[in-house]
Amino acid sequence: MSSESVPVATLDEVSHRYGSVEALSHLSLALAPAQVTALLGPNGAGKTTVVRLLTGLTRPTEGRATLFGMNPQRPEPRRRLGVMLQVGRVPETLTVREHVQLFSSYYPAPLPLARVLGLAGLEALSERRYGALSGGERQRVQFALAIVGDPALLFLDEPTVAMDVESRRRFWSGIRELADAGRSILLTTHQLEEADAIASRVVVLARGRILADDTPAGIKQRARGRKLRCHTRLSCAELHGLPGVQQVIEQTGGAVSIHSLDSDRTVRALLERDASVSQLEIHSAGLEEAFLALTGAGEEQAHVA
Amino acid sequence: MSRERALASDFLPLSAPATCSASLWRMCWMEGKCEFLKLLRTPHYALPILALPVMFYLLFGVSFGARGPTGSGGSEYLLAGYAVFGVVTAALFAFGAGVALERAQGWLLLKRTTPMPVGVYLGMKVLSCMLFGALIVVLLATCAVVLGGVRLPISAWLSLLGIITVGSVPFCLFGLLIALVVPPAGAPGIVNLINLPLAFAGGLWMPVSALPRLFQSMAPALPQYHLAQLALGAIGVPPAASVAVHGAMLALTSVVLGGAVVVAWRRADARDG
Repeated sequence: MSSESVPVATLDEVSHRYGSVEALSHLSLALAPAQVTALLGPNGAGKTTVVRLLTGLTRPTEGRATLFGMNPQRPEPRRRLGVMLQVGRVPETLTVREHVQLFSSYYPAPLPLARVLGLAGLEALSERRYGALSGGERQRVQFALAIVGDPALLFLDEPTVAMDVESRRRFWSGIRELADAGRSILLTTHQLEEADAIASRVVVLARGRILADDTPAGIKQRARGRKLRCHTRLSCAELHGLPGVQQVIEQTGGAVSIHSLDSDRTVRALLERDASVSQLEIHSAGLEEAFLALTGAGEEQAHVA
Repeated sequence: MSRERALASDFLPLSAPATCSASLWRMCWMEGKCEFLKLLRTPHYALPILALPVMFYLLFGVSFGARGPTGSGGSEYLLAGYAVFGVVTAALFAFGAGVALERAQGWLLLKRTTPMPVGVYLGMKVLSCMLFGALIVVLLATCAVVLGGVRLPISAWLSLLGIITVGSVPFCLFGLLIALVVPPAGAPGIVNLINLPLAFAGGLWMPVSALPRLFQSMAPALPQYHLAQLALGAIGVPPAASVAVHGAMLALTSVVLGGAVVVAWRRADARDG
């Protein structure tokens, strides 16, 4: 096996519970080197739990997590790990420079201060106290703390939540620079736009399970067009042959769900072949809506034709 | 292409193994420095902790003096008592309220994703409590000598300084335990609620023999009492039992609290993590 294909971090059949609440259920995920992966899902999907397990902050209730092939709870694999969490508050009386220098002392081979400030877009703010920064600037400081150790793998949990458009744009360009230099990055987000802008792989998570694992183009492909629901005599294979049809999902109770890129032609053809079609519904499947559908359709995924 | 290469060359090659760890000394130095800077830049936190024991000492130790509630030697007795009170307050607040807050806000969690051992973070907090203890001893000693007419050999001052700084450890652990079991918003209030009665019952404000009988029976169970007895011993007032007994009680308390902290830490991780 070449070193290229050895994953930098894995979850293997991981289930995790907080008390009686199941956050992750039999989830397996492997992060490849030099890849930007977006973990996409609504609040409560389990995104933060994935990050906590992979960073060793929590041990999985069942299954196994690895980081560079080691137990993430050991200190060794953390030497090449950078993490940005959703932190409520960072000590406010220290300056940007002091914060970066403090974190740089934790790592065996940190990046030079100027390089970190440059990547995070903080050159002009280095002497400013953290408490005097705007929300977006604060997140850039937390990004700087994540990259100061020159990590081979970066975890970014909702990194752009408080950022304005300009901050976000600069942030994405920093991420691209790191990705160009061969870094693996996992970021969680609930925005398709963000995943599309920087990730080469999108993993959609809902209720602790993976619903889709594809390229951004593939995810958008699923998101285009419309969704038809009806009862019909036609078989799945026949439905697949109709114009515009991308995907056919058999649902319980005899209904089918059809994903079509051209619903007008699909409906005409459908009615031509089967005049007995009943309970026909047509839903739009715009990007956001399709994403909601993806994350709300856990059971249906099992029956993809 | 050339741009990518130029960028990549700034980074460590990905194949380079991070087998060595960063210097522990440098970590401690930076962590300690930042901790000190934080305290220096939040005088509204540090000043009351330093001023409270000094104010109490001036009111009750110096102004009453030998005529005070303790009879003769009030200036000496309360010097030891308020030095202990000061360092205990500093430790309980730094850990019970300070660490509780940094934990609740996720700051400690972020630090735990770095290769820095969590012991460095906690150790530097303990060190800053010791610094507070030392400052309090210096301030109280100045008051005692200049205003209270207390005269002690240098060796007594130094052993008081040593006892107060090292003696902060069980109270740091106690504060950490509070931080782990009490919701962070309530921590400062809980710390006060615990600190003041135990200071009274431990004989920090007046001799245990002058306390109501209920408190007299409680005192030997309190680390405050044992640290105060050691501090008294240091400045030439005979302690209730031998130095070894009081020292052993403090060590035992530290071990028990340390064990409780480990258990509470794991439970808190399972609950919040």
